Amino acid sequence: MTNAPILLEMRSITKEFPGVKALSDVNLVVKAGEIHAICGENGAGKSTLMKVLSGVYPYGTYAGDIIYQGEVVRYSDIRQSERAGIVIIHQELALIPDMSITENIFLGNEPRKRGAIDWTAAQRQALDLMARVGLTEDPDTLIKDIGVGKQQLVEIAKAFAKDVKLLILDEPTAALNEADSQHLLDLLRGFRERGITSIMISHKLNEIEAISDSITILRDGKTVETLDVKGDGVDEDRIVRGMVGRELSSRFPDHTPNIGEVFFEVRNWNVRHPISAERQVCKNESFTVRRGEIVGFAGLMGAGRTELAMSVFGRSYGAFESGQIFKDGKEIKLKSVADAIHHGLAYVSEDRKAIGLNLLDDIKTSTVAAKLSKITHHGVLDEAEEYQAAESYRKELRTKAPTVHEGVSKLSGGNQQKVVLAKWMFTDPDLLILDEPTRGIDVGAKYEIYGIIQRLAEQGKGVIVISSELPELIGLCDRIYTVFEGQITGELSREQANPETLMKQMTSTKKMQIR
Amino acid sequence: MSRFKELQKNLFGGQTSNARQFGMIFTLVAIVLLFQILTANRAGVGFGDGLTLRSDNLMALLQQNSYILILAVGMLMVIVAGHIDLSVGSVAAFTGILVAKSMAEWSFPWPVAILFGLAIGAAIGVWQGFWVAYVGVPAFIVTLAGMLLFRGANQFVGNAQTLPVPAGFQKIGGGYLPEVGPDTGYNNLTLLLGLAAIAAVIWRELQARRTRREMNADPAPLWVSIVRLAIMIAVLIFVTLRFAGGRVGTSFPISGLIMVVLVIAYAFYTRNTAGGRHIYAVGGNSRAAELSGVKLKRVNFFVMMNMSILASLAGMIYVARAGASGPQDGLNWELDAIAAVFIGGAAVAGGIGTISGSIVGGLVMAVLNNGLQLLGVGTDRVQIIKGLVLLLAVALDVYNKSQGRFSIIGSLMRPFRRDEPSVPATPSDASAPPAKTTVAG
Repeated sequence: MTNAPILLEMRSITKEFPGVKALSDVNLVVKAGEIHAICGENGAGKSTLMKVLSGVYPYGTYAGDIIYQGEVVRYSDIRQSERAGIVIIHQELALIPDMSITENIFLGNEPRKRGAIDWTAAQRQALDLMARVGLTEDPDTLIKDIGVGKQQLVEIAKAFAKDVKLLILDEPTAALNEADSQHLLDLLRGFRERGITSIMISHKLNEIEAISDSITILRDGKTVETLDVKGDGVDEDRIVRGMVGRELSSRFPDHTPNIGEVFFEVRNWNVRHPISAERQVCKNESFTVRRGEIVGFAGLMGAGRTELAMSVFGRSYGAFESGQIFKDGKEIKLKSVADAIHHGLAYVSEDRKAIGLNLLDDIKTSTVAAKLSKITHHGVLDEAEEYQAAESYRKELRTKAPTVHEGVSKLSGGNQQKVVLAKWMFTDPDLLILDEPTRGIDVGAKYEIYGIIQRLAEQGKGVIVISSELPELIGLCDRIYTVFEGQITGELSREQANPETLMKQMTSTKKMQIR
Repeated sequence: MSRFKELQKNLFGGQTSNARQFGMIFTLVAIVLLFQILTANRAGVGFGDGLTLRSDNLMALLQQNSYILILAVGMLMVIVAGHIDLSVGSVAAFTGILVAKSMAEWSFPWPVAILFGLAIGAAIGVWQGFWVAYVGVPAFIVTLAGMLLFRGANQFVGNAQTLPVPAGFQKIGGGYLPEVGPDTGYNNLTLLLGLAAIAAVIWRELQARRTRREMNADPAPLWVSIVRLAIMIAVLIFVTLRFAGGRVGTSFPISGLIMVVLVIAYAFYTRNTAGGRHIYAVGGNSRAAELSGVKLKRVNFFVMMNMSILASLAGMIYVARAGASGPQDGLNWELDAIAAVFIGGAAVAGGIGTISGSIVGGLVMAVLNNGLQLLGVGTDRVQIIKGLVLLLAVALDVYNKSQGRFSIIGSLMRPFRRDEPSVPATPSDASAPPAKTTVAG
C-alpha cells in the first residue's frame, strides 16, 4: 500500500468564514485504493474539508491546491467533482422517501433515450448496481419502506451509478445498528479490493481501527498527523490522543455509587404501535430504578427501548394498553407529558435536533422551556430569573457559549446536549431517562456528559441510560437491562456485564435472569 | 467595536431581534418623512405643512387601518404557531352583517350587539380551532373553506345588500375621545393619554435597567437611557399634540385606542407569559414542545379561536366606521394582515415574529398606501407598489440571513461595522440544519 500512487492531494488548504478560520493550512494525502479515515472532534473541520474537495465551497473561496489524479483541479460545484468521480455520501441521506429505489439511484442522472427517461435501462442498471452493494430488494420499493441500513446502501449504489473513483462517506455508520454497520464495513473492504478509494469520516474509533489503512487527524482546523495504521501500530487510544491533544487517562470519570431504595417501578408494561395496532411494541415489560442508581438499557436499534421510555414518559409514544407505574411506593398515572414532568420524570430524547430542542431558541429560553411555571409569578415570566437559571447551568455544565443569549443552533452537538440536560435538570426531576445521551458527541464532551450523569446519581436521582454503545453502558451503569423485540430479556449487575453476555441477551428472547 | 455599532447597540439593544425592529422603525420613519416632503412639495408649502403629518391625516390613517392592525395581532400569533388564517375577511364580514341585523331587526342595544359579535367570533373560532387542532386538518384548508363559507353566509344573511348601523354603534369605528374638562385648546383626554404613554415609557426604561442589573449585566450608560427616552418622549409629545389639536370634535380615534390597548395586551402576553412562549415553542418545533409538556392541541385551538374573535372585532369596527355592513366588507383583509406580519419579520415556517414587528410592518404598508393616495397615485399603481414592497422587504431579509447578517438594517449598517465579525456561518462538523430563514416555504 505504501508504494501505491497518490490519488488525491490537498495542499495547505485554508478556508475562512467571516470571523472564523475553519481550516488553516490543512494537508491531506490519499493513496489510490486505500481506505483513508479522517478523525477529529466536532468542529475540527472534517466536513468543511470534504466540502472544499467536492466543490460545495467552490474554487476561489478557499486557499490552497487540490491535486487529483496528478492534476490541479478547480471545482466550482458538486457536478464537476462528481463528473471526475468524487462522490460524497452525507450523514443525512439525500434520498427522496416517496420515490422508489431505482428512481433514487438515478435521481439527477437519469438514463435517457431520445429525451425521455429510459426506465427499462434504469431498472436493469439498478439491479446490477444493487447487486454490487449487496442489496436484495425489489427496485420498485419505496425508500421509506426500507430500513436506514438499506437506505445507506442505496446511497452507495447511487454513487456507483455516477462511476465513482473516490467515495467519501461522512459518518456512514452513525445511524446503523451493529449488523448493518458490519455489512457496510465489509462492503468497503470489497471496494478496496476492486481498487476504489474511500475516505471515511467517523467517530467510531473501533471501526476506523478495524478498516482503515491510514488516518489523518484534524484538530481545530489544522492537520495534526497522518498515521499509517499497519506501520505505526495504531490503536484507539493512539487516535484519541491525537484528536484531543492529550492523554485521556480514563474514558469515564471516577464515581462511587451510592445506591438507595427502589423508588421507581414499572410493572407489566404493554404498548401497541400508534398506527398499526396489531404490533405490540412493549410486551409485558417490568423494571425498577433505585435512588442514586444508573440503570442501562441495552438493545439493538428497533428493539423498542426508545418506545418503552417514551411511552412511560406521559404516553408520548404509542397506544397505551396496560401496565402500572409506581413511584415511592404509590401508583401514579402519567397520561400526558405534563403529568410526567409533574411527577418528577425527565426524558432526554435521542434526537435532540428533531425533538429535543427548538433550534430557533437561545440557550436561556431552551433551559427553562420544560418548566416555565418555575419562573412565572402571577402569570408573568421573570426574565431575570430565567437568565440566572440558564447562566448557573451554563457554568455548572461548562457549556461552551459566550452567553446564554446564544442561539442553540450555533452550538456543537456536545454543547447542545448540555443545554438539553440543563433543560431537564431545571425541572428538578427524580428520574432522568437519557436516550443515547452521547450520540454524535466527540470524545472530550462525552467524558463531561458522563461526569454530569454520575453527579446526578450522586445527588440521589435515578438515571436511566439507553445506549447502543456497549462500552458506554458497561462503564457507566450500575445495572443493565437488555431489550429484544419489545421484551426485557435480561438484567445484569455492573460486575456481570460484559459485551459478550449483553450481546447474547440483546439478540435472543430467551429470558436469562442472572441475579 | 466601532462607535456607531456601540451606539446602535446601546440605543436599541444588542440583540438581533431588536436590531431588526430598529430597522423596521427606521424604515417607517423614513417613509413618513419622505411622504411629508413629497406632499409638501406637491402642495407647494413648507415641510411642516405637508399633508402626511397633518392632524386629520393622522387620524384618518389610524381609523382606516386600526382593524387591519388588530387582525395583524391575531395573525402574528397564528403564523408564529405555524398556521395561517385566510378566513379573517369573511369572518369579519359575516359578523358585521349579523351584528347590523341584530340592531336593525332584533333591536339589540349596541353594547349588547358588540358582545353578540364577539360571541359569534368565538363560535366561529371554536369551529375552525376544532378542525385545526383536534382533527388535524391544515389551517390553510380549514380557513380557505371558512373564507368561502363565511363570505357566502354574509351574503346569504344580508341578501347581498348593505344594512346601516345606528349612530351609537358607529362610535367604535368613527368616534373620537370626547371633550371633557376645561378648555385648553386641546382635547384633554388625548393629552392625558399622551402623558400616560410618556409615563409608561419612562417606567419601562427604569424596569429594563433593573432587569439588566438583576441579570448581572451592566445596564447601558445613563446618558444612553436619557437620549433614548428623550427621542421617544419627543415623538410622543409631537403625536399627542397632533391628535389633541385637530379640528374641534376630533381627537384620538376610539378605534385607535382599542387597537393600542390590544397591541399592548397581546405584546405582553406573547412576550411575558408562559402561554405566549408556548406559541413560539409549538411553531419552532412542535414535537420538542410536546415533549416539554406543552399541550399542543390547546395552543393550536387557542390561536385559531383568538384570531376569529379578533376578526369579528375588526369587522365590527369597520362596519361602525362605514356606517353600514355590506357584502364586500373585509375583502382581501387576510392578505393585508399576512403582509403586515411578514414585513414585520415573521417566519413562514413559524416560531419567529413579534407583535410590535407586525404592527410596524402594518404601519409601513398603511403609510405607503396613504402617502401614495395623497400624492394622487391611482389604486392600480398603489397595489403594484405594495406588492413589490412586500416582496423586496422579505427578500432583503432572506438574503441578509443567508449571508449571516440580520435584516434590512443589518445591511444598512454594514459599512460601519468593520472590526466586528458578523455571526459566523458555523463551520462545525455538527452540520446543524440551516436556521429557518424568514421566508422559507
